[in-house]
Amino acid sequence: MPIITYRQALNETLGEELARDPNVVLMGEEIGTFEGSYKITAGLLKQFGPKRVVDMPIAEMGFVGLAAGAAMLGVRPVVEIMTINFVLMAVDQIVNHASKIHYMFGGQARVPLVIRTPSGGIGQLAATHSQSFENWFAYCPGLKVVAPSTPYDAKGLLRAAIRDDDPVIFIESLPLYDTKGDVPAGDFTVPIGLADVKREGRHVTVIGYSRTTVLAMQVAEKLEREEGISVEVVDLRSLRPLDRGTIVESIKKTNRAVIVEEDWRSYGIGAEIAATIQEEAFDHLDAPVLRVAGLEVPLPYSESLSRASKPGAPDLVTAIHTVLKGTSCGPK
Amino acid sequence: MAKVTRDQKAAVAPTGLPPDLAREDAGTVRHYYRQMLLLRRFEERASEMYTKAKIGGYCHLNLGEEATIVGLMAALRPDDYIYTNYREHGYIIARGVPAPKVMAELFGRETGVSGGRGGSMHLFDAATHFMGGYGIVGGQVPLAVGAAYALKYQERPGVVLCQVGDGTTNIGPWYESLNLAKLFQLPIIFFIVNNGYGMGTSVEQGSSEPDLWKKGASFRIHGERVDGTDVLAVRDVTRRLRERAEREHEPAIMDVTSFRFRGHSVIDPDRYRDADATKRSRGEQDPLLHLAARMRESGLADDAYFTETLAQVEREVQDAIDFADASAPPKLADLYQYMFATEVPNTLSAAEREMFEARLAGQER
Repeated sequence: MPIITYRQALNETLGEELARDPNVVLMGEEIGTFEGSYKITAGLLKQFGPKRVVDMPIAEMGFVGLAAGAAMLGVRPVVEIMTINFVLMAVDQIVNHASKIHYMFGGQARVPLVIRTPSGGIGQLAATHSQSFENWFAYCPGLKVVAPSTPYDAKGLLRAAIRDDDPVIFIESLPLYDTKGDVPAGDFTVPIGLADVKREGRHVTVIGYSRTTVLAMQVAEKLEREEGISVEVVDLRSLRPLDRGTIVESIKKTNRAVIVEEDWRSYGIGAEIAATIQEEAFDHLDAPVLRVAGLEVPLPYSESLSRASKPGAPDLVTAIHTVLKGTSCGPK
Repeated sequence: MAKVTRDQKAAVAPTGLPPDLAREDAGTVRHYYRQMLLLRRFEERASEMYTKAKIGGYCHLNLGEEATIVGLMAALRPDDYIYTNYREHGYIIARGVPAPKVMAELFGRETGVSGGRGGSMHLFDAATHFMGGYGIVGGQVPLAVGAAYALKYQERPGVVLCQVGDGTTNIGPWYESLNLAKLFQLPIIFFIVNNGYGMGTSVEQGSSEPDLWKKGASFRIHGERVDGTDVLAVRDVTRRLRERAEREHEPAIMDVTSFRFRGHSVIDPDRYRDADATKRSRGEQDPLLHLAARMRESGLADDAYFTETLAQVEREVQDAIDFADASAPPKLADLYQYMFATEVPNTLSAAEREMFEARLAGQER
């Protein structure tokens, strides 16, 4: 099976979908001549031409709305927004319009629109370029929100998103672009709305998405190797709809849960997961559900402060130890 | 400070018979009049239904804009697509959707144009390409530009008509949309219904350039002002700019002046306008009175015609009300019916389903 990067998986999928369906159009800032800020669209302008790969002016509200309107007439735009911070310029078009058009007009119009954007932070991008807003969109009925953690899921979910007739917010992650994984050839999709148990375990369930799933996998391997702790990792993959059943089934097995999320803790993705666990698996819990999240500050520029503000492996190890305290595999 | 005034009166047609009415087909002019009267009576009765609590939410009326709407629709073709703001009852009716389906939507019934899910501000009809009333100021503008983008992309005939209010020309998406429309050379007309007020704020108070047709200048978009109380003027300018938009992919702005007869919405007491002046303007700028006078002068209609037409329209609007009143509201069981166009697993959580089913059971008890 070919091993490719997350970036390659996205790039290949965009190319394959452009070739498959003449109504698929890529739109975004600097995606053509510049080949994308993070080179996800590299080579596609050359291959498909300016009708299919459209450089947009700096006008997120305008061109996201344009894409939604074109989608209403049967075009299938795949929009790249350079980072999720800039999606805020287009929130009216996404939340007040794209998400409501099918429902509000009694099913007479559909909006097959994908908005791809990296969320979270890397390096020292500081307060305005490091935020996580996937929860804002996951809050909104009428939207679908996915956040793949592996090249395989990136390919399968992007295919599913482009072929879906509803607006899909496709969350990417800068630190994941160079990660590698097995991606088979062939026209597979990953269904929107299903989580995935990325690693089976017996002692504790760690729930993550996107970069935090990768973090959870690394921590799980280390704890297994060094301390004999068996961690089950549930990768949400889809934030809306949320596959609560897979989370609950895992809790029934391990009786303990830690959520690791890229966003701020208050009102974040983890709050929804924790509430779901207490609603649907209360009797199976042997410890309080813990959340590992970003510290609640506008992310400071300073390297040491920036690193300390983001959720990391030591936080997750501490949380896992806390929920296992007093058990045979927990800390003494 | 220099007082900014808008050059509105200059574009208003002189009183008396314009030379072009005589050239019109009598049946066509009568059809316009009848349509305008239908919109007038539909809105007056809608207002009455609102006070009787048959209509809820917000309800914005087209009173005073009848010539603007009927003239516009006379110029559009079946291939064209229409996006409007939330003051759109008249537009969808003049586009050809039966009045009963529109009234039923205002009543929130399943038989309404949006299945009772949209209401007054969110009317939609796929068959006639009426692509929605939109409740958020400026929201429809980028969408309309996108529809024009799709027409060009798919090499289809037709243009997009994007109706906005005068206040919308001050919001960001308006400017981003003008830029995109010209940048991509799209077949679209931006149709400003300039009734002088965005809610309670006058055009002069809200816009540093009160001549709204000039607002495309820095985007190299042609604009012109039209007397929105003259049905033929609106039709003819729309026709000309529509042809140009379709053939040459040149966007255009129409600044269509009229007078809003009442407050912003049914519940607005209109205290910010001088009551006497409003009353006077209603008389002076009533498009129906204008057209009726011209029809009499040119011998196109007499008292018997006007009496008979009014009776027909009254019946039609009453039928619309009766149809709406007799129609059932959407079923609670269908609450999630239009959530997604493509079904996916786990759309409803267990807790959501439980709460929904409890409410469903409660309603059935």
